Amino acid sequence: MKKYSVFAVAREAMRQHSGWDRAWRDAQPKAKYDVIIIGAGGHGLATAYYLGKNFGITNVAILEKGWLGGGNTGRNTTIIRSNYLQDPSAAIYEKSRSLYETMSQDLNYNVMFSPRGVIMLAQTEHEVRGYKRTAHANALQGVKTEFIDAQRVKELCPIMDIDGPRYPVLGGLWQARGGTARHDAVAWGYARACSDMGMDVIQRCEVTGIRQENGKVTGVTTNRGDIGCDKLGMVVAGHSGHLADMAGFRLPIESVALQALVSEPIKPCMDVVVMANTVHGYLSQSDKGEMVIGGGTDGYNNYTQRGSFHHIEETVRALIETFPMLSRLKMLRQWGGIVDVTGDRSPILSKTPVDGIFINCGWGTGGFKAIPGSGWAMAELMAKGRSPLTDAFGLERFTEGRFIDESVAAGVAH
Amino acid sequence: MLTIHCPNCGVTAEETEFHAHGEAHLKRFGPGSSEDDFESYLFMRKNPKGVHFERWHHRYGCGKWFHVARCTMTLEVFGSYTGQTSVPPQQIIDTIQDRRPDWVPAQDQA
Repeated sequence: MKKYSVFAVAREAMRQHSGWDRAWRDAQPKAKYDVIIIGAGGHGLATAYYLGKNFGITNVAILEKGWLGGGNTGRNTTIIRSNYLQDPSAAIYEKSRSLYETMSQDLNYNVMFSPRGVIMLAQTEHEVRGYKRTAHANALQGVKTEFIDAQRVKELCPIMDIDGPRYPVLGGLWQARGGTARHDAVAWGYARACSDMGMDVIQRCEVTGIRQENGKVTGVTTNRGDIGCDKLGMVVAGHSGHLADMAGFRLPIESVALQALVSEPIKPCMDVVVMANTVHGYLSQSDKGEMVIGGGTDGYNNYTQRGSFHHIEETVRALIETFPMLSRLKMLRQWGGIVDVTGDRSPILSKTPVDGIFINCGWGTGGFKAIPGSGWAMAELMAKGRSPLTDAFGLERFTEGRFIDESVAAGVAH
Repeated sequence: MLTIHCPNCGVTAEETEFHAHGEAHLKRFGPGSSEDDFESYLFMRKNPKGVHFERWHHRYGCGKWFHVARCTMTLEVFGSYTGQTSVPPQQIIDTIQDRRPDWVPAQDQA
């Protein structure tokens, strides 16, 4: 792999950019691997990357039925934050956020991490109390957040109308090192690094069956032939239930559509990320100038990767009360992704009833921000059999009633 | 936008008038059941790609509950039927089999 640097750009500029290699090899499947990861989205690629980087396991294939990063990794609003209330969630999301800080250097790939700061608006008295509690919890967890008053919110985000008659802004939970990153680049950077370690990233390879012997996984059947493995990681978000069905177990998961939209590009007007949970909307401005707006989920099971238009209408209708200038903008495009929501709205990183199969799913509406932390923890779980970051996220919590009481992956603002 | 018919009051309206409440025809397990059965009843869901039976509530209408058969891959609504049953009626099954010849009702699966 050629290292990307300013010198490389200068050198290639002298020879019509003829010397660039493919970022990752177009690999053909081998007969057997130590580890197969199903799903080449952010979480799957990050799992493979940390298996190689932290544990030296590089005989790995990452199988993708579509194209790399074509699922929810390319369909989110790229928000990164870690201001959660409960210790297990704060631990894994803060690990993730801290890995984003150095990801561009680690991967030698510019993921455009922009720690511009995230405000979660408190627009009711209950939210004020809730966010003050979260700020105290974060202080104990070592996550740097603070509760700020309405005037400070206005200073950070001048386009906001804080005196709105229906939803006045009463304050906000401010995480200064939260922000955004370029979502495709995260997938591409991990894929390039994985390929460089000798792993095979295999696209257009759909898993159609899972082979087992005596309760232990031995491989997968795909549309490109049988592939053997010792360990199997399922990291496929919305389609987890479908894969679990092939392996013969069920999951506490339902798949729903979550959608987002962008406006036409405008001049820079907002340099923070704002989340308004009361009205179910979240907003940031992309580097291209588009206002990126995320909304709510449809309330019913759905695999179509598109959402109902009335949700867009509801989201925008509520947001323009707090951001009046948005009412003048045209919508440029809209998209939907299939998110996997668990019974307690927290993710699952766990062993499964089948020996050798591990599952990482249930990130629901909050998966992008978790990519590096989830991969780090999942790699440790697969390599060593347990990880301190995943202990609380096991499947057994549904039998034991040991839920994580936090709407991490709920169908609301993220 | 789904168009849904409420069998209780006879109104056919857009989905905004209704609210979906998840998988239908779950077998209830209460006190005295095994932990696995209770967990399964509370949390485990079929979440199928394709035909899905679900409970709906006519939230901004008559306020009553009923069932809907729907496809999660195409969003096609096959039909709605009374909430006072624990299995889909034959008429709905016939409609689905007409539209999805490969589909096998859950109670007929081995």
